[in-house]
Amino acid sequence: MIEKTVAELSAALAAGDISSQELTQAYLDRIAQFNDELNAYITVCADSALAQAKAADAARADGNSSALLGIPMAHKDIFCTDGVLTTCASKILNNFVAPYNATVVERFNAAGAVMLGKTNMDEFAMGSSNETSHYGPVKNPWDTERVPGGSSGGSAAAVAADLCAMATGTDTGGSIRQPASFCGITGFKPTYGRISRWGMIAFASSLDQAGPLCKSAEDAALMMNAMAGLDEKDSTSIDMEVPDFTATLGDSLQGLRIGVPRQHFAEGLSADVEEAIQASLKEYEKLGATLVDIDLPNNHLSVSAYYVVAPAEASANLSRFDGVRYGYRCENPVDLEDMYKRSRSEGFGDEVKRRIMVGTYALSAGFYDAYYRKAQKIRRLIKNDFNNAFKEVDVIAGPTSPHTAFKLGAKSDPVAMYLEDIYTIAVNLAGLPGMSIPTGIVNGLPVGMHLVGQDFAEAKLLNVAHQFQLATDWHRRKAPLTSKEA
Amino acid sequence: MEWETVIGLEVHVQLSTQSKLFSGSATRFGAEPNTQANIFDLALPGTLPVLNKDAVKMAVRFGLAIDAEIGRRSVFDRKNYFYPDLPKGYQVSQLDFPTVGKGELTFTMDDGTEKTVGITRAHMEEDAGKSLHEDFQGMTGIDLNRAGTPLLEIVSEPDLRSAKEAVAYLKKLHSIIRYLDISDAIMAQGSMRCDANVSIRPKGETEFGTRTEIKNINSFRFVERAINYEVQRQQDVIEDGGRIVQETRLYDADRDETRSMRSKEVANDYRYFPEPDLLPIVIDEDFIEAIRADLPELPDEKKQRFMAEFKLGEYDAGVLVSSRELAEYFEAVVKISGDAKLASNWVTGELQALLNKNNWEVSESPVQAERLGTLIARIKDETISGKIAKTVFEAMLDSEAGVDEIIEEKGLKQVTDTGAIESLVDDVIDNNPEQVQQFKEGKEQVLGYLVGQAMKLSQGKANPGQVNQLLREKMK
Repeated sequence: MIEKTVAELSAALAAGDISSQELTQAYLDRIAQFNDELNAYITVCADSALAQAKAADAARADGNSSALLGIPMAHKDIFCTDGVLTTCASKILNNFVAPYNATVVERFNAAGAVMLGKTNMDEFAMGSSNETSHYGPVKNPWDTERVPGGSSGGSAAAVAADLCAMATGTDTGGSIRQPASFCGITGFKPTYGRISRWGMIAFASSLDQAGPLCKSAEDAALMMNAMAGLDEKDSTSIDMEVPDFTATLGDSLQGLRIGVPRQHFAEGLSADVEEAIQASLKEYEKLGATLVDIDLPNNHLSVSAYYVVAPAEASANLSRFDGVRYGYRCENPVDLEDMYKRSRSEGFGDEVKRRIMVGTYALSAGFYDAYYRKAQKIRRLIKNDFNNAFKEVDVIAGPTSPHTAFKLGAKSDPVAMYLEDIYTIAVNLAGLPGMSIPTGIVNGLPVGMHLVGQDFAEAKLLNVAHQFQLATDWHRRKAPLTSKEA
Repeated sequence: MEWETVIGLEVHVQLSTQSKLFSGSATRFGAEPNTQANIFDLALPGTLPVLNKDAVKMAVRFGLAIDAEIGRRSVFDRKNYFYPDLPKGYQVSQLDFPTVGKGELTFTMDDGTEKTVGITRAHMEEDAGKSLHEDFQGMTGIDLNRAGTPLLEIVSEPDLRSAKEAVAYLKKLHSIIRYLDISDAIMAQGSMRCDANVSIRPKGETEFGTRTEIKNINSFRFVERAINYEVQRQQDVIEDGGRIVQETRLYDADRDETRSMRSKEVANDYRYFPEPDLLPIVIDEDFIEAIRADLPELPDEKKQRFMAEFKLGEYDAGVLVSSRELAEYFEAVVKISGDAKLASNWVTGELQALLNKNNWEVSESPVQAERLGTLIARIKDETISGKIAKTVFEAMLDSEAGVDEIIEEKGLKQVTDTGAIESLVDDVIDNNPEQVQQFKEGKEQVLGYLVGQAMKLSQGKANPGQVNQLLREKMK
């Protein structure tokens, strides 16, 4: 049962084939069995999960039939959860119990979902391999010597290994899509502003966006129905009508124009990944779509621009972690400056410190114009590239990552790690919705296809993925860990 | 050498919104520490700012009052620095696109000369909390009640040329802010704070000298003192062959001097950048016009109206409009008494003297507008004389009673009964045959003496007009 999609579990719960308490217990057992090896969860909330499941069963008995009622899920440890440790995978927050719920958490609670626990991640979402976590790296369920991707690696691994039915993640430069790709699951990053950031610990405010990690595009649509919508507590959330994202999942792809950016099939892309993507594009042609060669001329600037804007915002966002009011404080500070310096040096990991320094430098007097202002200009150019492309096409498709999951410790050079997100970063800079779906297996490891839609055209994008998943079964393939258990 | 002083003021005003600039916490003064700080004010991770629209309205209100350009698209920026009472590690302010742009302010000096000073800008920002260094045995306590309170920082051009001008500018600014009802603007409580940028240059020189910034000035009186001290210090330094260092100096009111502080931090790089958690504030014509329509009558307009409507002199009108409360008090007195001239005399005379003597605000006066108005009405309807009115005014300081009650109780009512006055007059004529004879011989000026005698006999209560008339009749 635990390997099923949310849509299937929802039907099983509705039919009375299983109770939420039974289902929740099954996931808790699974977590107990595999979490030591995978390190996907930082915190497991067994008691409160079972209490929520009991309440969900009672609500169902009272006639509540909402789609996510009683579905066991996990939240990335970047979302504040009332009364539960919320660490952002950092030593500096290793004692922080949030006194409030993030809006995303609140909405899943309202929908009756059950929270199994909080998942591991790169520290403050800074990383593409989950190796920067203070709580140790997460292992890829397909090959435990490999990384699950990052930063939402714990959520991706947990979904892939059936340690939950669905999970939340956040995506600043590819942090939902790349781990989804590496773990062979579906990951969806909505349009910037579609989902409230209240209670989601900020990395780069103008780029951060929450989204679903799950087993199918249909599940992503069900999660989006719960997550999306205006929140007055987040001034950047958009006041726009939220559709039922499942309503258009039956639409035909006949006549769909898919843009294939030539920049995404150039140097750096591994041949077997390219092959898998090309095969999937052919599948789309069978479904009635036409492929259009498109140009994203400024794509090569996206990583550089991103690594100015994101660290700049992060350098300010992370200033509040100063040892004064909460979180880690160094032992016996001799004075204020000593407390700041040691609390922050001891509390933050290397990658976080690197980005704070890069960001601080980029904003400094005399460098602002050369870095920050220029990066913002590039951001506009990148948005224009997409605007031009979308005059000719409905969605854009390509690889999510240049290759499949790499080995733990394989990328020690920060810049090599930054280039992991070369296909995904531009989408954040432009604020567009994007997703990754499984489209093949190469040498026993999953390959993800990247799909990008127009602003607020999430429903269409989800259907483009859903139609592919109706015609193929890549999203049904299970990591060997899972088959071993079955 | 003759020196010219150049001053520009940066005035921080706490806007009197119900809640903070970016959170729903209350902003009352004097609450228990940290009882007005919610999870956003504490900068808990994941919290986000939501702009208080009332603060924007108040800023625009101020902008319109000084005839300033209103920023149609103003942008908040983060100003980064570490301090324990700044929980986020950055202050949200406005750098390049403030809500209020260039404007100007005209004020009158004591000698009656008018001066107009340019206002560079007025931007919105959040206040910091307070560090409490006492009672914590070597540690520092943090009170975040004030953190996030909306401030309007009003920056003047370096157009002021003396400490007196600076004070006059500040007082006018204070008056306008109170008229607009956008701040309590109480310097002693910190809801209005003033930093002064001061430099000197040889008279006739067009280049500015090196300036220092004086902080921590918390009364009008100290503004004048601090600037005068600093000007003298700069003169002494330069005349001794030294050079002025650009720095921040702290005014110490107890020792009446300015002292150098934080020279290390002068080179602070605040790394401003646009606040990504907030959208730019877009202000349209309708928003501005709605606020304009709601603007109160401001001191300059009110002064013109008082002069035209009540036939007051410029000086008296100026005094009456100097604060909104005083002007409103005056108008209430006029309405009740029906005599603007008498009302003006009493308000600028007896009342002002009373307030000054006790250091009271108008609102604290034991003689309320209603009672003063009635008092003046009783002078007009000849129930009492002007002189007796002063006695009643004094009595009101110790009594809550109404004017008529006091007059009745103390038996101060003017005698207008012709019979009673007639007998008084008869007594005076009988007792002063010499003066009566002189009057009859044409010596008009003795009449005053005789009236005085009659008034004395009546203990001031006789109607002097009636006494005068009767005396004339009887001595014909």
